[in-house]
Amino acid sequence: MSDASCRSEPQGNAQVPRDSAEPNTSPAFKWDYPPIGDYAVIGDCRTIALVSREGSVDWLCLPHFSAPSWFAALLDKDGGGRFAVRVRELRQAAHRYVADTNVLVTQMHGPGGTMQLTDSVSVISEDRALELAPEHELIRLVECTEGEVDVEVFFQPRPHYGLSVPKLRDRGKLGWQCVCNGDVAFLQTDIPLREIEPGVLYGTTRLRAGDKRQVVYGYCENDVSIIAPLGPAIEHRVEATQRWWKQWSAQCLYEGPYRAAVLRSALTLKLLTYSLSGAVIAAATTSLPEGDTGDRNWDYRYCWLRDTSLVLQSFIDLGFYAESESFLAWMLHATRLTQPRLQVMYDIYGETALTERELPHLSGYRNLGPVRIGNGAHDQLQLDIYGDSVQTAYDFVDRGGYLDRYERRLLRGFGRVVLNCWRLPDAGIWEIRGEPRHNTYSKLMCWTTLHRLLELDKRVGLKLDRDLYERELQSIREDIDRHAYDPARNTYVGYYGGTVPDASLLLMARYGFLEARDPRMVGTYRFIERELGVDGLLFRYPPGAGYDGVGGSENLFGICCFWLVDYLARLGDRDKAQRLFEQLLGYASDVGLYAEEFDLHTKAPLGNFPQAFTHVGLITAALSLEQAHEGRRGQEISK
Amino acid sequence: MTPASFAIVEILIWGLIATLAMGAILFASQNFGWSRLDLPFLLGTVFTGERHAANVLGFTLTILVGWFIAFFYYLFFAAFGEANWWLGAAAGFVHGLLVLTALLPLMPYIHPRVASEYDGPSLRRRLEPPGFLGLHYGYRTPVVTLIAQTVYGAVLGAGFELVF
Repeated sequence: MSDASCRSEPQGNAQVPRDSAEPNTSPAFKWDYPPIGDYAVIGDCRTIALVSREGSVDWLCLPHFSAPSWFAALLDKDGGGRFAVRVRELRQAAHRYVADTNVLVTQMHGPGGTMQLTDSVSVISEDRALELAPEHELIRLVECTEGEVDVEVFFQPRPHYGLSVPKLRDRGKLGWQCVCNGDVAFLQTDIPLREIEPGVLYGTTRLRAGDKRQVVYGYCENDVSIIAPLGPAIEHRVEATQRWWKQWSAQCLYEGPYRAAVLRSALTLKLLTYSLSGAVIAAATTSLPEGDTGDRNWDYRYCWLRDTSLVLQSFIDLGFYAESESFLAWMLHATRLTQPRLQVMYDIYGETALTERELPHLSGYRNLGPVRIGNGAHDQLQLDIYGDSVQTAYDFVDRGGYLDRYERRLLRGFGRVVLNCWRLPDAGIWEIRGEPRHNTYSKLMCWTTLHRLLELDKRVGLKLDRDLYERELQSIREDIDRHAYDPARNTYVGYYGGTVPDASLLLMARYGFLEARDPRMVGTYRFIERELGVDGLLFRYPPGAGYDGVGGSENLFGICCFWLVDYLARLGDRDKAQRLFEQLLGYASDVGLYAEEFDLHTKAPLGNFPQAFTHVGLITAALSLEQAHEGRRGQEISK
Repeated sequence: MTPASFAIVEILIWGLIATLAMGAILFASQNFGWSRLDLPFLLGTVFTGERHAANVLGFTLTILVGWFIAFFYYLFFAAFGEANWWLGAAAGFVHGLLVLTALLPLMPYIHPRVASEYDGPSLRRRLEPPGFLGLHYGYRTPVVTLIAQTVYGAVLGAGFELVF
């Protein structure tokens, strides 16, 4: 749908002549791609923004995570759109979160002074839900804390993944209006701005120590805009947002030695939770490359049931019970289109059509395209997701949660699907795009599904045919032992008939299929460590195109490294587990965030960012370590 | 039933149908991204700054105002001595023009929560002003508003034809 206020034509760099005589002339803009680990994230549990250390919002989708972007410089530094507030002639910058919040503070040092930039997306709390406030509001507070700084604002909105150039209108004291189709955004600031080329605003001002400025971006979809006045009210909203996050963080029950890292992971997972439905997206971005080519560029802005279940298990473990209830509610209602069969992924409202396509007009992060939206794995058969979903329900009940009749019926339905399908080959946890195969981890999770359902039946009465379930439970175990165990090497292998390991099999101990000290489990661990380990970290499966049929190189997989910590804790090797855990903490970004993978050589974050899966791994590993320190091991450690 | 009571019942019935038809068009146009004009919300926020309450109150007020205006349409048709859908549509079209050219631009001066471009937003005045012809709510707003008002008038004209 076109709109006269919104031209569909990607634009290049904004160029302002260098030789202008004006004292506050903007320079020619030369943007680069920061390393992925230089980004921090802020959000309102509906959408999420990636903010570079240099103060540029390079990724923001509106009105929700999976919607088209308004700023996508992350995927095309010139035409994707960005919203930068920074010091001119920046010398050095560092950022951190305000403790226990998702409010970001960036210190930028210029030639003559220091500026502090506080970034937040306002959270609508229960007590503020009745107020007239913008639907989404990104607040950027600028303060010169030392000396003098020249601050510049560069505002280049490019809706529809950079395809549209919106018309910007100066609306006087209301600020700048930016309209595209039915959506409207207002940019308000007390820094004077001018349109330096169609669809690009720029302004600069000199601040002295103590001077403050505000830059506020408000967005509204198909409705009358709410325009908040600048001044103390804006500062109050940032304080209210901080307060909300601190109150949320205060629920965290973990008090162990890694509280800061665990809480940062929990805060990140909460940012990835869509508050209106309870769905959790796998990552905030699409198409950040997992290697040095774009072959492994995928869109992770959807809700994978597996990831969501693991996130919710972490929330339950940490004491965030409201999130687990929301997820169960989401799972019940959003997956109705496919129940009792589950699709691998859904969008945040449970939509199932997530057709994958490429956006050729975006060059990709560091020109490593293609940029993909949607996800072709949505219609794969991945049998492990039933186990994850049932495990979440099991944990929920284990902590005192109540399952109503409808929920119990749904769980019975999952059981029926697994009874009927566990013998089928599937795409497995790693979403292998080639021929389906009998993945050992999928069989393990089918076993887990039936095992946990039998346990739940004892507790809440699912009315299962227990004889049938117990018979099939035994059949799965025998099937795995017969086809996936290699007695000559004393190890389980990744798939039936294969010879190679798969790091997901470290979870056999966690799910109780084997004792951690069982010789076959120890053999499997040693095989995985020997074949997949590099510098103490792990590949998820043997690197190279042979295993998954996808081109490009595979790197070290974040959650698998944390699974290794979990296994070592269960094995009772606390020192090694702790050393590895602390090594992994050292590979987090400077604000404690993880991508899906670590670079093989530099250990820098690679892939979509931040990634829920990896943060889940961190939390489960920290909790297992804590229990190991209490003297527990093997099945004494929960799950 | 006396002729007067019969007329009142007719006004209430057709006023409600016409208002709902107009509201449906405006609501659909909002959700299709054609216009951001939200009449119930604007009406509700005259009396309250709470979003939820404004939406509920606004919906009720829209029905009441729809009935109230239907009464004047009734008088208009009575003055003409006849009623039919095209006469109603013409009246609705003129009504729509008045809304666009007079009522919407005056919003910042008559609505306690609509901001003005001269004074800027304040703690109380936060709603984006609609501007001339409501163009700030999307460039299709005049067309959508005219269609909605024309349909409102046409429904009333067709309904009241049974009375006259």
